[in-house]
Amino acid sequence: MVVVVATIKSVMLYEIYTPFPEETDTVAQRAVNSILNATIMITVIIVMTLVLVLLYKYRCYKVIQGWLFLSSLLLLFFFSFIYLQEVFKTYNVAMDYFTLAIVVWNFGVVGMICIHWKGPLRLQQAYLIMISALMALVFIKYLPEWTAWLILAVISVYDLLAVLCPKGPLRILVETAQERNEPIFPALIYSSTMVWLVNMADTDRPKRNSAESPAPSSPSQDDGGFTSSWVSQQEHRLGQLQSTEETRREIQQMPSSRPPVEEDDEERGVKLGLGDFIFYSMLVGKASATASGDWNTTLACFVAILIGLCLTLLLLAIFRKALPALPISIFFGLVFYFATDNLVRPFMDELALHQFYV
Amino acid sequence: MTAAVFFGCTFIAFGPAVSLFLFTIAREPLRVIFLIAGAFFWLVSLLMASLVWFISVQISNKESVSQQKGLLIFGVVLSVLLQETFRFAYYKLLKKANEGLLALSQEETMPISIRQLAYVSGLGFGFMSGAFSVVNILADSVGPGTVGIHGDSQHYFLSSAFMTMAIILLHMFWGIIFFDGCEKQRWLAVAAVVASHLLVSCLTFQNPQYVSSLVPTYVVMFFMGVWAFYTAGGSLRNLKLCLTCKDKDFLLANHRPR
Repeated sequence: MVVVVATIKSVMLYEIYTPFPEETDTVAQRAVNSILNATIMITVIIVMTLVLVLLYKYRCYKVIQGWLFLSSLLLLFFFSFIYLQEVFKTYNVAMDYFTLAIVVWNFGVVGMICIHWKGPLRLQQAYLIMISALMALVFIKYLPEWTAWLILAVISVYDLLAVLCPKGPLRILVETAQERNEPIFPALIYSSTMVWLVNMADTDRPKRNSAESPAPSSPSQDDGGFTSSWVSQQEHRLGQLQSTEETRREIQQMPSSRPPVEEDDEERGVKLGLGDFIFYSMLVGKASATASGDWNTTLACFVAILIGLCLTLLLLAIFRKALPALPISIFFGLVFYFATDNLVRPFMDELALHQFYV
Repeated sequence: MTAAVFFGCTFIAFGPAVSLFLFTIAREPLRVIFLIAGAFFWLVSLLMASLVWFISVQISNKESVSQQKGLLIFGVVLSVLLQETFRFAYYKLLKKANEGLLALSQEETMPISIRQLAYVSGLGFGFMSGAFSVVNILADSVGPGTVGIHGDSQHYFLSSAFMTMAIILLHMFWGIIFFDGCEKQRWLAVAAVVASHLLVSCLTFQNPQYVSSLVPTYVVMFFMGVWAFYTAGGSLRNLKLCLTCKDKDFLLANHRPR
C-alpha cells in the first residue's frame, strides 16, 4: 500500500478509459454512467470466474497454467515498463532504451523464476507485492472516480456471495480442490511463510515484514505455472481491467482451513490472496489521489483496512473455513474514507489553522 | 520551507516514537496488532468528535468569528473527553480479549501482559494523534512558501514538531497511568490523566505565544513521564542497575552474558 501511495503522490497519471465517460453534465447522468461501468466490469469478472471454475472442474490444467504464465509475463515486463516510463517522465530523468531494456529484462526474468519456480521467500514476497501494487496503479489510473468506488463496494458484496453461498463459483472451486486434495494455484497467494496450513490468527500475522519460522518449502511451490494466473488474466483483460477477480477469488479461498495434514504439522502461516492486496492498495491509492484532506484521509483508510484485516483473520480463527477477505476491510475503508474526508478534515484544518492540539 | 525543515521537523516529531516502535514493538506481531488497534480507537473517537463539531457548525452562525472560535474550543474539549472515553473502552476490550486469548491458546500464561498493552495502546494513540496533527503540515513544508509572511509566527513548523513530540510521548505515559489506574481501581490516577490531557490541550489555545504553551506542556510531560516510570515498576535502583549494565533480569532476558 505504501508503494502505491508513494507512486500516486509523485506521479500524476490520469487517463480515463471506460465505455461510459464520467465527464457529464448532470449528477444523475454521471451516476448512471458509473453504475453502467461498474456493471460491465462485474459482469466480466463473473464470466471469467465461471470460465476458470469450469476449466478447473474439467481438469484443463494446461490451459490454466499457460494462461497464468502468459499473464505474469505480460505484467512483469510490459507493465513495469510502462510504470518506469511514467516515473522517468515525472522526474525528468533521461534514460536510454538499452539500459531500460536490460533493467526490465532482469526484473522480469527474476520475477518469473521467483513466482513460478523457486526463490527466496523474501524475494517472492517482494515480487508479489510489486505486482499487486502495479495492478492497483493500473486500476487507479484507468478508472474514473465514482466507478472505482462503486466497483470496490460491489466487489465486496460479490466476494461475500461467491465465497459463502453454497452455489457460489468460488466455493465450488474450493470444494473441488479439497475433494481432489490438490493445491489451488498456490503461487497466487501471498504467504507469510512457505507453508500450508492456516492456524490461529493470533499467533501469526501476515505483516509484510514479519515472516515467521521459514518452514521447508512446501511441495506446491514446484507446481509451477499456477502462480500469476490472475496476472495473466489481468493482462488479457486489460482492455476491461477486471480479471483480478478470479484469482482473487481463488486466493480468497486460500486462507481457508485446508484439511489438516495427517502428520499434524504445526505449520503456522497465513495466506492472503493477491487480489485482496490489489483492492486494498486500490482503495488507499484512490484515497490519497482524490481526497482533499491529503494525508489524513490516506492514514485513516490505511488503519481502517488493517483493522478490517485483523477482524477477518480473527473470524477465520473462529470459523476455520474459507472466508472472503474483502468485505470487512473494504467496508471499513470506504466508511472511513468518506467520514474522514467530509467530517474530520474540516475539523483538523481549523485546528491546524489556530494551532490547537487535541 | 526546505528539505532541511521537512526532515528536521519530521525527526523531531516522530523520532522518539519511531525509535520506541522499532526497538520494542516491531518484532512482536501481537504488539503491532494492538498498536494499530489503539490507533483505530483514537481515530474513531476523533471521528465522533468531528461529527458533533460539524453538526454544530452547520447549525450555527457562520459569519460570527467569535462563535466559530467558541465552537472550536468546545470541539477540542469534547474531543479530549471522547479520546479518554475510548481509551477506557479499549481497556475494557483488552481485558475481555485477554481472557479470550487465554482460553483460546493452550498456554498457561498470557502472551502479552496488561502493562505491555498499556504501553502499546498509549503509543498507538500517540502515533495517530501526532500523525493527524502534523502530517499535513510536514507535507506543506516541502513545498514553496515563506513562513509567517502575513505577520504570523516564523516558528510555526518547529513549534508544531515539538508539540507533536510532546503529545505522542504524553499519550504513551497517559496510557500507562490510565491502565494502571483502572487495574487497581485508583480513579484518582484516571482523573489526573483526563485533567492533564485537558490542561495540555487548553494550553495550546495560547498559540502562537509558544512560550506559554510549549514550556508548561513539557513540564507536564516530564511529570507524567516520571509518574509512568514509577507506575510501570521502575525505581531509582532499577535505573541505576540498568544504566550500569548490572541488571541481571534485563541481561538474562536479552541473553547477554555478564
